[in-house]
Amino acid sequence: MTHEVIMAGHGGQGVLYMGTLLARAGMLEGKEVSWLPSYGAEQRGGTANCAVVIGDEAVVSPVVYEATGAVVMNGPSLEKFAPHVRPGGVLVVNTSLAPERVERGDLRVVALPANRLAEETGDGRSANMVALGAFAAATGIVRMDNLLEALRQATPARRRHLLAGNERALRRGEEWMGKD
Amino acid sequence: MAERILLKGNEALGEAAILAGCRFFAGYPITPQNEIPAYMARRMPRVGGVFIQAESELAAINMVYGAAGAGARAMTSSSSPGISLKQEGISYLAGAELPSVVVNIVRGGPGLGGIQPAQSDYFQATRGGGHGDYRTPVFAPNSVQEMVDLTMEAFEVADAYRNPVLVLGDGILGQMMEPVALPPAREAPLPPKPWATTGAKGPGRRIINSLYLDPVVLEQRNLWLAEKYARMRGLARAETVGMEDAEICLVAYGATSRIVKGAMQMARREGIRAGLIRPVTLWPYPTVSIREAAGRVEAFLVVELSLGQMVEDVRLAVDGKAPVHFYGRTGGMVPSPREVLEKLREVAAGMGKRRVVAAGAGA
Amino acid sequence: MRQIFAGTDGLTQSTTIYCPGCTHGITHRLVGEVLEELGVTGRTVGVASVGCSVLAYEYFNCDMQEAAHGRAPAVATGIRRVLPEAVVFTYQGDGDLASIGMGETIHAAARGERITVIFINNANYGMTGGQLAPTTLLGQVTTTTPGGRSAATAGYPIRVCELLATLDGPAYVARTSTHNVAELHRTKKAIRAAFQAQLEGAGFSMVEILSTCPTNWGMDPVRAMEFVAKEMTATYPLGEFVNWRRGN
Repeated sequence: MTHEVIMAGHGGQGVLYMGTLLARAGMLEGKEVSWLPSYGAEQRGGTANCAVVIGDEAVVSPVVYEATGAVVMNGPSLEKFAPHVRPGGVLVVNTSLAPERVERGDLRVVALPANRLAEETGDGRSANMVALGAFAAATGIVRMDNLLEALRQATPARRRHLLAGNERALRRGEEWMGKD
Repeated sequence: MAERILLKGNEALGEAAILAGCRFFAGYPITPQNEIPAYMARRMPRVGGVFIQAESELAAINMVYGAAGAGARAMTSSSSPGISLKQEGISYLAGAELPSVVVNIVRGGPGLGGIQPAQSDYFQATRGGGHGDYRTPVFAPNSVQEMVDLTMEAFEVADAYRNPVLVLGDGILGQMMEPVALPPAREAPLPPKPWATTGAKGPGRRIINSLYLDPVVLEQRNLWLAEKYARMRGLARAETVGMEDAEICLVAYGATSRIVKGAMQMARREGIRAGLIRPVTLWPYPTVSIREAAGRVEAFLVVELSLGQMVEDVRLAVDGKAPVHFYGRTGGMVPSPREVLEKLREVAAGMGKRRVVAAGAGA
Repeated sequence: MRQIFAGTDGLTQSTTIYCPGCTHGITHRLVGEVLEELGVTGRTVGVASVGCSVLAYEYFNCDMQEAAHGRAPAVATGIRRVLPEAVVFTYQGDGDLASIGMGETIHAAARGERITVIFINNANYGMTGGQLAPTTLLGQVTTTTPGGRSAATAGYPIRVCELLATLDGPAYVARTSTHNVAELHRTKKAIRAAFQAQLEGAGFSMVEILSTCPTNWGMDPVRAMEFVAKEMTATYPLGEFVNWRRGN
């Protein structure tokens, strides 16, 4: 199966980074992957989204129009991208910043208070990691050990001090799904 | 096979240039190619190379002229509006026969346009946006791996023919990340460049020049260049997918070719026998591949991120043997595979009608 | 027999195409002599520009590159960075250097690019038939200022030396003239200092040389010399503006 994933939020939420970790983890599983960011003129704030494709075959189009799954980190992203998820697809909604109610009834919606959970693990900024952990668990797209390894690989020496917190946040997202 | 690493298209292209022996880069900031100069600024000093952020695109391309004339493998990169500014320099590079690589990560135009992916610089790249009778080979990668492979090849072609070579990417290819296997660095010594100005006097001194005031001499000069361009025709290359039994031939290049391939697969699932010809070189154009297909398929559908530029080359190659349809989005809009599929269905439906008419006429 | 004149190793044997009374030829000779005297003719790369001196690549006895109009400092930068041991110079006119190529000039200077610029200021575009240049004097008649340069419509002359002297990159900037033998000696001295600055790695160097254009000025050579001496030096004072040895 080919996973076509959209991740969206506002600038600064680490949405693009979340996507690169997912792609990297996919690569660690021996899959073919691509990651494509939206890019705008603004350097801070604004909207941010990326498309990640993970599959067994060479990636055909890195552009995703009909996603098999999506993570939306705020209200505007929910509005914009919920219509782009295929029926039956997984939609992780960060209910800390987006309404819990989703108009569509044909999706597997995961209502995840990512910011609150991140704060509980010690750092509110790792809401993206919580969401990624939950998305991976909900879809089975990549294994947690590969996500953790991707995180370790992608964390430069100067950010080592953030590693443990991000690991906790990834696992917290996974745990939330276990409870669900 | 080398280990695969996850790289952004623009950065992969920068590393490819270094692996190919490029040791001089001059550029100027413009989106969506900013990762290339940033990468070169980090990498060049570590390999004993030169990075300069020039004061303008004009200065950058002319720094490349000086560096290439002094014998270095040299590159500049930019995006559409900046490439327009470099056209003067490209013409001079062609006129003075200086090997060099110019990268265009294309964005929407005309004018300042936008910063999203486009393919509306096809005419400029393949016809020569600068003045004079000259040609530049144009490579059009469609993956991050090809950003690497074709950039490395571009340096070899540039040296082999003493000519500037263009690499035409787009915002998607520049910004996306994919796993890449980096080839080993070029270890063989660079081709000798006895014409390079490295400091000499007397009868052996060298002159890098494109000025020929005597029309007799200038015509000779152009004829000599034309012979070289004729030799370059052998560089023409295309990838074909599913053309064995195709009734409709899709033609697309660069990132668009991947979206089109997605549409092709969808079409085949509903019984429309579509195939794809993907030009890897835009000049020289793989005319032979298209012409050969023209005798076998019912119709062509050309898809571009423009309002129709490459389609002219397809029409020239098809030469009336089959209808050539076009679908394009522009200004930074990228079509979905479903949009292309819709167009394919229309073309297929039209073919069905024609077949009925033809059968009727034959009866 | 006593030899009193000989060619210089810095120039080829080619005959120049310059008009009678034009000082390009003299300046070529001075540059050639300096290259020879500094012993660098075997490791020099020159950059010719667009203008009357477009054929300079025929005259200097060294490797040469012909640059696009205004781009000589950029081309020279490319050469300089690739060949750290070479001596690199450009030879440019006022339209090339101070109009279409002003950006390249200022930025090469600001970078402290280790190149030497020989800048011929003859107050008009010579090769194209005598149009307004950025250095044309107020009131001076050219084909595109038929009533004389008016500040109201054509602005004011640009003093390049003074402009570059505000930057930190230049090591040596001087303005000299060609209107008499004494000035020619000073010019040669300045050219030598400019190349010396490059050889010592001190930074960017430029000599602006006030020159004649009798053909386009519509003067005989003697009157043209007087024009340089009286009119041009009034707008363009001679002297050194930056000299790394003096610490300024």
